[in-house]
Amino acid sequence: MALLPRHAWASPELRDKALNELTGGRPISDGRVTLTIPQVAENGLSVYTTVQVDSPMTPDDHVKKIHILAERNPIARLLTWHLGPRSGTAKVSTNIRLAATQQVTALAEMSDGSFWRDIKPVVVTIAACIDGG
Amino acid sequence: MALATARVSMPKEVGKGDIVEIKTLIRHRMETGYRVDSVGKKIARHIVKLLTVTYDGEEIFRMDFTQGVAANPFVAFTTVATQTGELVFVWVDDKGEEVRVVKELTVA
Repeated sequence: MALLPRHAWASPELRDKALNELTGGRPISDGRVTLTIPQVAENGLSVYTTVQVDSPMTPDDHVKKIHILAERNPIARLLTWHLGPRSGTAKVSTNIRLAATQQVTALAEMSDGSFWRDIKPVVVTIAACIDGG
Repeated sequence: MALATARVSMPKEVGKGDIVEIKTLIRHRMETGYRVDSVGKKIARHIVKLLTVTYDGEEIFRMDFTQGVAANPFVAFTTVATQTGELVFVWVDDKGEEVRVVKELTVA
């Protein structure tokens, strides 16, 4: 019964596989990315999340994409934002779902092809109801 | 998504070169596809897949969603005020339905 949600949950290994697919195996540096997310999320159904990347956002030097990944959600990659020099700043916010207490990763892809990330642990008190509960 | 409604909040008038903060909200269940109904039948996934924003016809922002985004998705981002023009926001869900909001931005 591979369709059972519990069997379909991501794992740190699947998160790393998703990261590897997004980077094409290129190295990821820590820094430049700031992931702002509550340390304790009372309601995993809606967790306010902001990602800011240190970048001049010029035609020559800007953030192309930002991804948010979670290691204990049913799917590892939660979303992707596509930005460019016309963004002015690389700062985006949204509400995400978290199925469990876990590490959340924000990954930024720069116009020079480099990858940067920030990782934050989040304690989830009430998990997003994902397995029929 | 015929009943979905969307709202965009942003200034009407800004200076040239200013960074404009844009906040968007769409009412949508973002049904994950993991839940079952009262008789144990799986509820089909129904989510917003894509938000694209153009400014005077050129794409300035795009977001790919999954069921990992909360219901009634709120998204805030920025753009540089280049010239007076139209910003067009289009959300598309996985049934192919579309919601469109158009905002006029005056650049002084």
